[in-house]
Amino acid sequence: MSTVGASQKIVDYTVVRAHLTAGLFFFVVVLFTGLLYGLQLQQLYPFPGIEILSPGRLRMVHTNAAAYGFLVNLFAACLYWIIPRLTGSPTLSVTFGRVIFWAWQLIVLSAAVGILLGEAQAVEWGETPTWIDPVALFGAALLIINLTVPIARRRDRNMYVTLWYYSAGFVWLALVYAMGNFLPQYVLPGVGGAAVVGLYIHDLVGLFVTPMGWGLMYYMVPVILKKPIWSHTLSLVGFWGLAFFYPLQGIHHFLFSPIPMYAQYGAIISTIAIEIVVFTVIVNFFMTLRGSADMLRTNMSLRWFYAGMVMYFTTCFQCAFHTTLTFQKVIHFTDWVVAHAHLVMFGVFGFWLLGAVDYLWPRLAGNAWYSWRLRAWHFWGTVLGLVLMFGSLTIAGLVQGNLWAALAPWEQSLIGSTPFWTARTVSGVMIIGSQFLLFYNMWMTTRRPTLVEEPHAVLVDDAAPAPV
Amino acid sequence: MHERFTTVALVAGVGCFALAWCLEAWLPLTHIGRIPVKTLEELAPEPTETFLELAELYPKSFKRAYGEPTADAFHDSLRHARDTYIAEGCWHCHSQFVRPVSNEDIRFGAVSTAAEYQNEMQLPQLLGTRRVGPDLSRSWNKHSTDWHVAHFFEPSWVVPTTVMPNYRWFFDENDEPNRTGIAMVTYVMWLGSWTEDWGDEIDEAGENDS
Ligand code: HEC
Ligand code: HEM
Repeated sequence: MSTVGASQKIVDYTVVRAHLTAGLFFFVVVLFTGLLYGLQLQQLYPFPGIEILSPGRLRMVHTNAAAYGFLVNLFAACLYWIIPRLTGSPTLSVTFGRVIFWAWQLIVLSAAVGILLGEAQAVEWGETPTWIDPVALFGAALLIINLTVPIARRRDRNMYVTLWYYSAGFVWLALVYAMGNFLPQYVLPGVGGAAVVGLYIHDLVGLFVTPMGWGLMYYMVPVILKKPIWSHTLSLVGFWGLAFFYPLQGIHHFLFSPIPMYAQYGAIISTIAIEIVVFTVIVNFFMTLRGSADMLRTNMSLRWFYAGMVMYFTTCFQCAFHTTLTFQKVIHFTDWVVAHAHLVMFGVFGFWLLGAVDYLWPRLAGNAWYSWRLRAWHFWGTVLGLVLMFGSLTIAGLVQGNLWAALAPWEQSLIGSTPFWTARTVSGVMIIGSQFLLFYNMWMTTRRPTLVEEPHAVLVDDAAPAPV
Repeated sequence: MHERFTTVALVAGVGCFALAWCLEAWLPLTHIGRIPVKTLEELAPEPTETFLELAELYPKSFKRAYGEPTADAFHDSLRHARDTYIAEGCWHCHSQFVRPVSNEDIRFGAVSTAAEYQNEMQLPQLLGTRRVGPDLSRSWNKHSTDWHVAHFFEPSWVVPTTVMPNYRWFFDENDEPNRTGIAMVTYVMWLGSWTEDWGDEIDEAGENDS
């Protein structure tokens, strides 16, 4: 980790700030489309009968904005912050980075507009209209090149753990995106296409979002705790375990389908196997925390990170069970899976990125946070909202699955879900409200140069205030 | 060695991905790929009764959209319906995939087979991963044409507790199904028409109200 003066010269603060802001903009889009779609499921949709605001289309905007707008932008902000610091050299080009930034926003916005205009593609999580796919792949490739150059320049030396995850994640992103968006669309019909779509859904999370997330954790946690990761061996086990087992799991999205059974069993076994790997990573991070746990009270970023890790453990523990055929009979097709998706996408990676925002914003703004209490309220509001959402949807899933298997009339499963869907809307409002505390706090931080009520004045600790 | 860029990018990045692709995609594809892929013309050569019925029920709108109810017009309508089904995200609320468990064969009809999906209407595949509404791959005999027309216009008129959105833009200025509306009704009443009739059993479960 480079010294302060040097890192200021090689990190382009403008592009970090731009990606961070864009990520939060799309976060708002994600939240409101989610809330609206949730209202449809309560028969309370405010814009019925309007073609471009059809709930089915909004749902696709919800998930795509989450992946390509919210997660990709915030991860990009972190990448631009971290990679030069770890490699000691800047990205390929500053101008290039800014051009890619605008190109990417244009791609995500036109994808959203395309979906609203009825041009979606039937690839789950790749609903971006078919004509955008090649452009998006090209845009991602540019981003990858810009960020890989500083890593590859140091080819002769061993890399830090974060960079293992980043390097492999970049390769995977390109491969996964190309595979998922083109093969099932043009070449492979039917269940063969389903096998590939399963790989795509799963790999986008497992081989892009997850490596970006763990890369972030392996950088941030030692920097904040000011001590190294507990065990290098466990870091190695975690990385290579992920690389080996994760790509094998895609078909667990289509169990009991006409895909040959051995492929389904293979997916199930590797899904269970990866829980062991996940466990090693979690142990590694909690052993690193040992002796410093008090910082969870005083450092908000750390609190987000470790809250996310608890959720990560929960999600993965859940996977090991619900990937089995026994669970699948009941929970497949139900809200159980939706609960799981929000726990992992928001509860884990969203939390880590909010922790990163908490860390980056005062450094980008050159100011201490405006209010500690708002940060704390933001944290607890979001956590409670998410836990409520996860809990209610998980139960809803069990209710739905059992009513279906019992051959109750379909409407019964809708009526039975109503209380849980109401709870989801309440949790959505809680989550949205909490984010506005964050936005207000960020706004005031840029405007008010004074430290207002920070009880533990350890704000800008390891890096000097940025040039604004 | 194993902590260098080239190793990580090639072995973990390319290698592990390729291994997984071989085991979990290419290998199953060698079986599935043996089933020939049908075009829509091979799959459904003749117009269905629904399509002919719609031509009689809504002559003006039908004529404007499709002219005569020929086989070509029928194929055109099914393709358009498939595209609409994708664009509207119907597949995020409905599956087209009956599993051999949880009594799904009793509720919906015959369990899905690989051969059913080897055709251009399943490129891209529409198995689906979420059910807010019921599976549609056997929906051909569940309801009448009129039911579907009313249902797309305002689902809660036929199923008060539904959460399905309405699709007013499937209808023209006289509230008759337009090109898309005719296509969608034809499509949902075509899905599964190649399987045996499970209507009787479904009646007993109180599911069939048409
Ligand atoms: C928000 C989720 C949702 C969306 C989007 C949706 N549906 Fe539905 N659909 C339902 C629900 C719930 C039911 C069951 C209650 C009812 O019959 O209205 C249903 C029922 C149906 C039925 C009757 C099935 C049966 O066997 O009784 C058909 C046909 C249907 N939908 C077709 C479609 C089509 C075509 C689209 C896209 C244009 C679509 N749906 C979009 C939720 C949805
Ligand atoms: C206000 C907060 C949110 C609400 C109310 C909400 C609501 C919803 C709803 C109603 C669905 C559709 C579920 C269904 O088909 O039954 C959905 C799906 C989804 N949402 Fe959200 N959402 C919220 C926040 C988020 C965030 C922050 C993310 C990601 C970072 C996210 C990622 C997803 C994903 C990946 C799916 C697809 C789930 C699946 O298909 O299994 N959501 N959300």
